[in-house]
Amino acid sequence: MPEPILQVEDLRTQFISRRGVIKAVDGLSFSVEAGKTLCIVGESGSGKTVSSLSIMRLIDPPGRIVGGRILYRGSDLLALDAEAMEKIRGDRIGMVFQDPMTSLNPAFRVGDQIAEGMLIHQDITPAESRIRTLDLLSRVGIPNPEARFDDYPHQFSGGMRQRALIASAIACRPEILIADEPTTALDVTIQAQILKLLKEVQYDLNSAMILVTHDLGVVAAMADYVMVMYAGRMVEYADVETIFARPRHPYTRGLLRSLIRLEDTREDELAPIPGAPPDLSRLPHGCSFAPRCPSAIGACTESYPKLHGNVDGHRVACHLEAEMGAPVARAGR
Amino acid sequence: MVSEQEKPVAGMGPVQDRPTPGRARLAWKAFAQDRAALVSLIFLLIVAGLAVFAPVVSPHDPYEAVNSMRNAPPGSDGFLLGTDSNGRDMLTRLIYGGRISLVVGFAPTFLAMAISLVLGLSAGYFGGWVDQAIMRTLDVLFAFPLVLLAIAIAGVLNPGVSTEIIAIMVVLVPYISRIVRTSTISVTAQPYIEAARAGGAGQWAILTRYVLPNMISPVIVYSTTLVGLMIVVGSGLSFLGLGVQQPAADWGAMVSEGRVVLRKAPHVTVFPGLLIVAVSLAFNYIGDGLRDALDPKSIRR
Repeated sequence: MPEPILQVEDLRTQFISRRGVIKAVDGLSFSVEAGKTLCIVGESGSGKTVSSLSIMRLIDPPGRIVGGRILYRGSDLLALDAEAMEKIRGDRIGMVFQDPMTSLNPAFRVGDQIAEGMLIHQDITPAESRIRTLDLLSRVGIPNPEARFDDYPHQFSGGMRQRALIASAIACRPEILIADEPTTALDVTIQAQILKLLKEVQYDLNSAMILVTHDLGVVAAMADYVMVMYAGRMVEYADVETIFARPRHPYTRGLLRSLIRLEDTREDELAPIPGAPPDLSRLPHGCSFAPRCPSAIGACTESYPKLHGNVDGHRVACHLEAEMGAPVARAGR
Repeated sequence: MVSEQEKPVAGMGPVQDRPTPGRARLAWKAFAQDRAALVSLIFLLIVAGLAVFAPVVSPHDPYEAVNSMRNAPPGSDGFLLGTDSNGRDMLTRLIYGGRISLVVGFAPTFLAMAISLVLGLSAGYFGGWVDQAIMRTLDVLFAFPLVLLAIAIAGVLNPGVSTEIIAIMVVLVPYISRIVRTSTISVTAQPYIEAARAGGAGQWAILTRYVLPNMISPVIVYSTTLVGLMIVVGSGLSFLGLGVQQPAADWGAMVSEGRVVLRKAPHVTVFPGLLIVAVSLAFNYIGDGLRDALDPKSIRR
């Protein structure tokens, strides 16, 4: 097994609110290898975005990373001072954001913004940065880069802005690429283009990619590994084939069942997961998913289930695993 | 999918390679389309030009009193706009008064804007106790009525133009700082700030290159409209004798002097009064024009 580039161990990020402590991310551990893509899936508020922002150490008060380690090539990012962390951001870890419409500085030319990262992190002249920015613009598929370099963000369409943001994220050839719902704000045809582009640039750089999404279609297209999150914790982790073919956590199975399939007929009804995600400041005792879980047993409301792993790396946090000592029966569909 | 026709073709550049004009030029283009703002700007430039070249363009000496010509009506021989109650040429005094009035309107607003940018940006960007300390202190100043506070400050210091400037500047800081702070907070919440941090930009770079240029427009617009108002406030201070001292006079002081002869020679009061109104209005129109011109969305291809 190749050495992971990024290793997250027992990450805990909390927000202090008037209603109490919100454990947005609670004891998360995972790792990513070069050239591989990890998709983080879950509902809104499950801690996907907070996890990725925690890796970048972009959690602002009232939020705080209260524990754990984030090891980049063996050194703990949480132990770095602010200045050292700035050197990592945008250089070794590139980030693509959800909303391309508002993620570019409206006051500066697009080309200058892309070049800025290289000027911050690398010892190059503005002239060199311009040449490399033009390369990047054409790499991400922006036509006529010479002319577009001097445009302002509002002169770009949504898809082009996301391309520009990707260009900016990969400008310093990062080893880790974090994309937080990069296609949510785009229309479907552009989504496919952007996903393909992300895959291409990841392949070029052989970087590790963390892709945050709630779209299982995106997961199927992009992931090597999948981490399913619920209420700030990992509930299931496996490679992508296993997740779709043999999901073991009732939540993952619920997510998959709530998808429309091509073979569905008009009469087939979708099976949504009943209930709503829990209030993170008032998590139920025991398993957070238990109140919505169709297979919940007595133990589920008593204690939070431990992660059970097996040899092929499939990990599940569910009491049914322990009770039966074997994968819970596959829900028929 | 990056379709073939979307890919850039090498060498097909030159025609489209003209760079988009700079931000300032685009803003000017948008501004020039606003007739009222453009006329106001030209009017102000004329007034300012006359004030700067007052010794050259004035027909008389501002302090030269002709006893035989007291309160002469406009159009009198040699006195286009008449004379005041001391027999001094109104036109000349208006031109010289403009020197003081414009400075009193402009200088404190500009200085207050500079101070407010530091205070408001710090408060809005850093938040927390920095915000509390700065804004609560300013709230104390804010609690006093604007003119009353200016009078109090001017009253403590020796009367004069610099006193006027200091008084008005102090009074304005809480007003402008609030706008700066609000504007900063809304810009700081924008995703591009987080994106900049994710790109490794430091605090200083984020403040100067991301926050400042995006929050400054409303501040400039607001401050511009304040200039006109401050000419009025400055005139008020002079009217009360706290500002510029005899025999020099700004427009407010001239209104004050003319009051005594209001019935006999209304032009002594009316002309400086009209000028104050016209100049304040002009600054307001320019502020409106700037608001439209500085909106990034008004920069069209």
